[in-house]
Amino acid sequence: MIRKTFEHEIQQVKDEVLLLGSMVEHAIIASVDVLKKRDIKGAERIIAEDAEINKKRFAIENQLMILIATQQPMAHDLRLLASTMEIISELERMGDYAKGIASINIRMGEETLLKPLIDIPRMAQIGADMLHRSLTAFVKEDVEAAKMIPAEDDEVDALYNQIYHELMLFIIQDPRSIERANWLLWVAHNLERVADRVTNICERTIFIATGEMSEIKDTKEEIGKQ
Amino acid sequence: MENIQTPEIAIETKNLFIFYGSFAAVSEVNMKIEKQKVTAIIGPSGCGKSTLIRAFNRMNDFVPSSYVTGEILLQGQNLYGRDIDPVEVRRKIGMVFQKPNPFPKSIYENIAWGANINGFKGNMDELVEQSLRGAALWDEVKDKLKKSAYELSGGQQQRLCIARTIAIQPEIILMDEPASALDPISTLRIEELMQELKKNYTIIIVTHNMQQAARVSDYTAMMMLEKDGSRSGTVIEFSETKKIFTNPKDKRTEDYVTGRFG
Repeated sequence: MIRKTFEHEIQQVKDEVLLLGSMVEHAIIASVDVLKKRDIKGAERIIAEDAEINKKRFAIENQLMILIATQQPMAHDLRLLASTMEIISELERMGDYAKGIASINIRMGEETLLKPLIDIPRMAQIGADMLHRSLTAFVKEDVEAAKMIPAEDDEVDALYNQIYHELMLFIIQDPRSIERANWLLWVAHNLERVADRVTNICERTIFIATGEMSEIKDTKEEIGKQ
Repeated sequence: MENIQTPEIAIETKNLFIFYGSFAAVSEVNMKIEKQKVTAIIGPSGCGKSTLIRAFNRMNDFVPSSYVTGEILLQGQNLYGRDIDPVEVRRKIGMVFQKPNPFPKSIYENIAWGANINGFKGNMDELVEQSLRGAALWDEVKDKLKKSAYELSGGQQQRLCIARTIAIQPEIILMDEPASALDPISTLRIEELMQELKKNYTIIIVTHNMQQAARVSDYTAMMMLEKDGSRSGTVIEFSETKKIFTNPKDKRTEDYVTGRFG
């Protein structure tokens, strides 16, 4: 192997991306968990931890810039470094969704939850799980896995629709519940976006491995068009 | 109906083999080189890059025992055809070498000489100025045209050689590692100049410097020794430069451009 140093530095970047991914994964699960418990301190902690996620993202970005400037990556290496730049930005945004959920928790103040959370933690769990596996696929450049994972977004979308209709019923039955319903709607919306961004990560993984840049079909949009 | 433009071909090789005695240094090259584009030839040492580029203006004729089979077509005419005068070929296809090689004469004479030999009858002062401007050298030398070319820096000498080449209005300019003996600034000047030159000329450049190929060329040909152990070089991939450096098709090209060859 001629470019041992470069290979080693690429591996370090990948390790850092995995670390960033696990921070985001944890934030998503925790944000819903503390919401379920109406734990305001916990929500504040999540917001503070988001600053760490942002810092980590900048650090990786810097590492990538230095590699591009000093190693003149070409072909596969170039696709990997450029795509990693995209992936860390997706991760950072996913962290923002968790932070958003924590903010809602704080803004709810003394209010109680409109309903016990069942589908929302399920959405968080699926989203975090998809994220975890999408990053494993990224590190291994597993094209097959990267092609399969986005389909699971359908389940998240179905849960989102279910929550949406359920909350609408609450509002219709008692319009005073509109604010409490809205909070949960925003939480679900944030979780739905998490799964969408996993699809973007998978698209980048396919591009790194094959050089083909294409959008993975979004079944939801197709339905919308009908 | 829409006018579909097919790219104009400056020079084409058909089933080209280049031999030194019984040894085929270059095998089976089929390339269509587009007009007014920069085409780079890259590949590891000893893969036949220089041999190939020298075949384009019959410089290999000077090597005893060298001969070619197949064809190199300039506007449909085989450069190795029976009735072709190699001197005429070299007038149409100029060459710039690795080391600047100005004549031991004045800057002015360096340019006028080739034009004189080729029977230039026009205004020589104008031709000299035009050529020096074309090579982005005029402003630096206009006040010392009678000075010896050896007083110029390496980068300036190389641009003088380019001026000398364009003075005879060739169709194609071959460049064999034109910047490898120059400092980084002079190198960038030559690269910038190539972008100007391609507005009027077709350029084929051999370079060891992959970043240079990536910067200056529109098309890149990747050369490599044949896998059969014959030590014969061939073009394994020829494509748009942006494809070669972002998503090459051949694993060997990938290994070479990412620095993992060897």
